[in-house]
Amino acid sequence: MERLVQIVVDAVSVGSLYALTALGIGLIFGVMRLINFAHGELITLAAYTLLALSGMPVPVMIFGAVAVAVLLALLTERAAFRPLRNADPTTLLISSFAVSFFLQKLLILVVGSRLKGLDFLPALGRQTELFGVRLQLLQIVTIVVGIVLLVALTWFLKATRLGLHMRAAAEDFRMARVLGVRANNVIAVAFALSGLLAAAVSCLIVVQTGVVQPRMGLQLVIIAFVGTVIGGLGSLPGAALGGFLVGAGSILLQALLPPDLRAFREAFVFVAVVAILLFRPQGLIPARGLRERI
Amino acid sequence: MKLGRGPVLETLRRLWPLVALVAIVAAIAIVASFAPAVPQRRTTQALINLVAVVGLYVFVGNSGILSFGNVAFMAIGAYVSALLTMKSAAKSVFLPDLPQIIASAEWPALPGALAGGAVAAAVALVVGWPLMRLSGVSASIATFAVLVVGNVVFGNWTSVTGGQNSLMGLPAYVDLWTALGWAIAALVIAFAYQETRSALLLRASREDEAAAQASGVNVVLHRLRAFVVSAFLSGIAGVLLGHFLGIVRVENFYLDLTFLIVAMLLIGGRGSLTGAVAGTIVIALLTEGLREAEIGFQVGTTNIAAPAGTGDVILALLMLIIILFRPDGIAGGRELTWPFGRR
Repeated sequence: MERLVQIVVDAVSVGSLYALTALGIGLIFGVMRLINFAHGELITLAAYTLLALSGMPVPVMIFGAVAVAVLLALLTERAAFRPLRNADPTTLLISSFAVSFFLQKLLILVVGSRLKGLDFLPALGRQTELFGVRLQLLQIVTIVVGIVLLVALTWFLKATRLGLHMRAAAEDFRMARVLGVRANNVIAVAFALSGLLAAAVSCLIVVQTGVVQPRMGLQLVIIAFVGTVIGGLGSLPGAALGGFLVGAGSILLQALLPPDLRAFREAFVFVAVVAILLFRPQGLIPARGLRERI
Repeated sequence: MKLGRGPVLETLRRLWPLVALVAIVAAIAIVASFAPAVPQRRTTQALINLVAVVGLYVFVGNSGILSFGNVAFMAIGAYVSALLTMKSAAKSVFLPDLPQIIASAEWPALPGALAGGAVAAAVALVVGWPLMRLSGVSASIATFAVLVVGNVVFGNWTSVTGGQNSLMGLPAYVDLWTALGWAIAALVIAFAYQETRSALLLRASREDEAAAQASGVNVVLHRLRAFVVSAFLSGIAGVLLGHFLGIVRVENFYLDLTFLIVAMLLIGGRGSLTGAVAGTIVIALLTEGLREAEIGFQVGTTNIAAPAGTGDVILALLMLIIILFRPDGIAGGRELTWPFGRR
């Protein structure tokens, strides 16, 4: 029983992490049909900011990570994605692929490719007892951060004027512009939010692993991508659900598979993904307005 | 008789892009054969890259869907050919748990290479059947999943692939001429494929999927055909890379190689075979130049060198600039045209 609860908590916490990553990607896809590979580099650079600021008070470190991720998100939008706003999604995909590799290679050039240890918020690694079950504090924090950000984002999208604009833009970008939604504002805010989500994921993952390395973001993002695809590209609840399922699924497989098959768990997850896509090529929660009208 | 008339010249005109590209590639190889060993090896490497880029082009160019998964097919080709051609004594040392049939196999090079390509194509057929139902960027992401799954499987299937350890002691039979032969074969296969009716229908769906479907084009079927041909060529490229280096290492077949191959195709222009060749040649020359810059040159007594890794940054930057300012690449989606007068 206790082991079961531990597995479930573990799955939910990793699921939340991927849900947050997938949400950051889904937000951008919603407003400009861009699959943002560079989201991974937002996570990576936020982590390196934590490394650079280590020794400072924790709020300063977190603020620095958020600031860097948000600024970098806005910068990449301005430099690489705004000029391509009317291009087809494949061109945008290529552009973000190039941005991602450029940032990653630049980082390797500057700091080297070796992984570096970073002891960020070691208190969260402690075991704690909750309702008679021993759990890691970090897992609970991850779940709470995930829920809080999800609720805040939902509130923002449903209850604020800018959120309304953003949902309108996601539904039909041209129509929204015609009706007076400012495209540049909406897109910039979406990128800033994705930067914020990336920084949150970055802080959590650094506490969990205790290391930073130039590839860390890309590894997360590749799995989150698959989450957004099974959730239904362009749909935010879909992205969150898909990301959650992929993350939680890989942990459940880790726990349930026989030991000599555990190393293959990503392969199993992705095979499951293919099976889902066979039956629902539009994803679990298909986006409205994505299907091209003719 | 005016030049450009008559059935022979008509055929030559139609085959001109292929003839011209083969001539260019062969000329480069012949020039390189007079060069010292090091430039010769670099040229061989470039020709292997050309096979990989042409393989990627067959799918990406005709379907319009960017694939990140072809390096997984390269890995399949490399492993299959390695397992079939290695000395069984070497296999019994590195991979004691191999099934008997594979453990005792000592195939010659060519059947091994063809088997590598064929297995890659067969895997593509199975994997592609569900994936080709997806369109656009969803399909691209799904091919990325193929890359990741391939990497996970090869990195952990220790009894067959050696897992994180490398497979060593492959017969290193790939020299300049072998690579040239396969490069020409790849160009011929890609060109022959793109002249088929299936490829034409696929390109119609690339331009407008809904219109093609409305005209009765079975988009999924034609995509799947392109995917299988593309995987075969990628598999061959993997075979060549493995037998060129004499070693198959799982991390060599992952993101960095994917980036290189994709960058070559996109910079050259993903819409034409000419673009695939142009991209490979340009990037090979550029990489060569940057490698020299990283080694540095002597000014008086001081050595001025670019820091290691500059090449990768510049390659990524170049790709970004191309996509921003010339999204169709150097070739712009066109093939080389008959230079001797109009029709």
